[in-house]
Amino acid sequence: MPRHAHRPDLLFTGSDWNFATLSQAYDVIEAVAKEELRLDIYPVQMEVISSEQMLDAYSSIGMPLMYRHWSFGKHFVHHELHYRKGGRGLAYEIVINSDPCIVYLMEENTMALQALVTAHAALGHNHFFKNNYLFRQWTDADAILGYLDFAKGYITRCEEKHGVPAVEAILDAAHALMEQGVFRYRRPPRLSSEKQREGLRERLEYEERTYNDLWRTLPRQADGAKAAAENADLIAERKKALNLPEENLLYFLEKTSLILEPWQREILRIVRVIAQYFYPQRQTQVMNEGCATFVHYTVMNALFDRGRIGEGAMLEVLRNHSNVVFQPGFDDPRFSGINPYALGLDMMQDIKRIATEPTAEDRDWFPEIAGSGDWRAILLDAWANHRDESFIRQFLSPALIRKWRLFLLSDAANESFYSVASIHNERGYQKIRAALAQRYDIGANNTDIQVVDVDLLGQRHLRLQHKVRDGIVLDGGSCEATLRHVQRLWGYEVSLQGIDAQTGATVYERSSSQLAQ
Amino acid sequence: MPIFIDRRLNPKDKSLGNRQRFLHRVRAELKRSVQEQIRSGKIADADGEHAVSIPAKGTSEPSFRTAGDSGRRQHVLPGNKQFSPGDKMPKPGQGSGAGSSPGLQESEDDFRFVLSREEVLDLFFEDLELPDMVKLALKEILASKPRRAGFSTGGSPTNINVARTMRNSHGRRIALQRPKRAEVEAILAELAGIEAEGTDTTRAKVAALRAELDRLERRRRVIAFIDPVDIRFNRFEAQPLPNANAVMFCLMDVSGSMGEREKDLAKRFFVLLHLFLKRRYDRTEIVFIRHTHTAQEVDEDTFFLSTQSGGTVVSTALEEMQRVIAQRYPSKDWNIYVAQASDGDNFASDSERCLRLLDGEIMRLCQYFAYVEIIDERESEIFGSTDNGTSLWRAYLTVKERWPNFDMTRIARAADIYPVFRQLFTRQPARPRN
Repeated sequence: MPRHAHRPDLLFTGSDWNFATLSQAYDVIEAVAKEELRLDIYPVQMEVISSEQMLDAYSSIGMPLMYRHWSFGKHFVHHELHYRKGGRGLAYEIVINSDPCIVYLMEENTMALQALVTAHAALGHNHFFKNNYLFRQWTDADAILGYLDFAKGYITRCEEKHGVPAVEAILDAAHALMEQGVFRYRRPPRLSSEKQREGLRERLEYEERTYNDLWRTLPRQADGAKAAAENADLIAERKKALNLPEENLLYFLEKTSLILEPWQREILRIVRVIAQYFYPQRQTQVMNEGCATFVHYTVMNALFDRGRIGEGAMLEVLRNHSNVVFQPGFDDPRFSGINPYALGLDMMQDIKRIATEPTAEDRDWFPEIAGSGDWRAILLDAWANHRDESFIRQFLSPALIRKWRLFLLSDAANESFYSVASIHNERGYQKIRAALAQRYDIGANNTDIQVVDVDLLGQRHLRLQHKVRDGIVLDGGSCEATLRHVQRLWGYEVSLQGIDAQTGATVYERSSSQLAQ
Repeated sequence: MPIFIDRRLNPKDKSLGNRQRFLHRVRAELKRSVQEQIRSGKIADADGEHAVSIPAKGTSEPSFRTAGDSGRRQHVLPGNKQFSPGDKMPKPGQGSGAGSSPGLQESEDDFRFVLSREEVLDLFFEDLELPDMVKLALKEILASKPRRAGFSTGGSPTNINVARTMRNSHGRRIALQRPKRAEVEAILAELAGIEAEGTDTTRAKVAALRAELDRLERRRRVIAFIDPVDIRFNRFEAQPLPNANAVMFCLMDVSGSMGEREKDLAKRFFVLLHLFLKRRYDRTEIVFIRHTHTAQEVDEDTFFLSTQSGGTVVSTALEEMQRVIAQRYPSKDWNIYVAQASDGDNFASDSERCLRLLDGEIMRLCQYFAYVEIIDERESEIFGSTDNGTSLWRAYLTVKERWPNFDMTRIARAADIYPVFRQLFTRQPARPRN
């Protein structure tokens, strides 16, 4: 006889769901989550969609509304093919970082799954979106949907006015530069135009006040060294005027390109804003999924312990949970990289263990948190103040490295073999931890390409510089195609120079004038 | 308490616009792919969904991404079993994906997806220059005709059956004793008569009459003249047109003079006829007869792929066809269509014989006989419009004059194919003999 059979306080029985049970389940889950984990969330809006609509959402990078572009159509047929073949299931939910937080539930899910998804997305992801510093600093949760609505409408109007091919050409070029279209190290300049004008006026006034005609009368020196210095000054001056070097290519082109129409600039801006919106998500994959998985696991277990869900439902939940956090070894045919769900969950559970039952080793490695007992506070703090890279650097414990049997593989392109650099032993822990953290450091892994110089009054030759780290160069064909896109947006010659980050030596050089031939 | 929104009823196909943009973008590639498939596939398969494969390069989205085979990298992997620091292992797949661990890089292969029948036909029709009406007719899937099937209580207002409705209404009015107009008018007349007098005795009567009038009016209001329950609609059922069997004979000269281009054009010509037949008939069969100086029935692959050496005697193919008809396709059960493709060569004295065969029996059996002579593009300048030509062409011209269901043309490009079917397509769908 099952322990919970016919208990009146079960949230639901059977697999069918309706809006009443969903709503009731949400209320209980929210209460439990707040009580057990002290979560702090945006209000929730749940939307029920069909599998077809889920496929639609997939192809528009998970957003409920998006402008039209052929690449989304390509992704759609791609996903659809996999889905129809049964090769890949669909996600049970999609969650949007907005206020209110929008959660999409698939209609095919059973009630147990809906409860799981509610705990995962509506509580876990939601808490992370609201509290993590990256999201707080970089994205406007309350504005994104409105902005997308504007973007979609704007691009449709552009298509009507200027023709689909013209808009498509700009979008293609902008999409190619999407990765170089984010500000990595500073908040986008927020000077209002009024303040800007104010500043400009003040500067002019100052120059007028301090103008002295005497300077003009000084004889010019024909000395070569002096001229070179002057030239260097000139270059420095003009770089300063354009705020160079600039890492955000889309921003630079939008503001500085001489050939773009206003609507084309606006489209670049739209793509740039969307890229920026997704930037925090890419930096917090492990933490975000780990947080959501940890929350659903904790909440569902708490519900079961309190007798609010039955054994059957719990089994279904556990089965899905273990599918989600499945991590095959590197030599398994199913291996496709490290599963962020699994890594995130394991690390967070490990933190809980360290806080409550620390070993001597843990006390060595984590003196601040070992044995402190209050694992909730540690987790809440981690969720709020870390991204993947710092989280792993801070919290990956030797115990977990041993559990996962992580090892470090060196891979040099000019050698015909891999070599094992470190394994899970005393000498390897630090190295493995550092290397894994490094892998999640988007800033370090993305190709670092910057605008270094352009002479707007002369040739208007746009010079880009690629800092080549560890000898990793760009894929030739793709790079050339992208350069062509840059040239389309810039209108004049564009060149890309690869500079070795350590030695400063030139590794390669490409120019749009060569491509044209 | 969260907000719930049920989006399931929202319009589907939100990404249809994206799909169209994508198809447009890879149109050239798709067209090549579809035509390649029609060329290499079976004639009967042209009409349906097609899985096409798009090479990744045509649709790649470039970016400044790193090359997999450069530089020094470090990978952290789970599941170490026997490695110690310093161990070396050979890289798998030297040359292709060198420089990346298994599964660390997503491969960007060509990907296949399915085009709907509509999309396939659009691409197929593109350079055939078919009139739009014909395209529409070919895409239409089922020929059916509405047939009366009694009456129903629901339907569109245009289908109201007035006679039935009024009969029901009449019966209901009698059953519920709805006051007639005449009764009301009689009371009104009486009232008009009495009211004029205005004495005490009449006053009571007026009141009684008024009460009666009220009652009748009320009853007339309550019991409607035509109530929704009276209304009957004509019911129609879609009845499929009586379909019959059709057999299509593909005759082709396979002597050495028929090259790749000629066969390709011939195949398109056959596909078009087959599309037409499939739309009209329930069941279509295709018989392939190839000929040089002898003729034989073959399967589709042999038909298109093999070449034979030998002279060209067209009449052998016609005789072979006659034999097959007599054996398997009695003309009372089958609608017979013939499509013949050739480059016009024929043995000198044979054309007369062809003429006799066609005139004598074949044209009587056939629904339609279409002949195309595939010529060189340069020749089309010379021969395009004139009636001069080979002896076979002249003989067939005679047939064309005598038989309305015979048509012929010279083609040099795919766009020339349609005219030979013009008559077939413009003719009102004649009822298949059955």
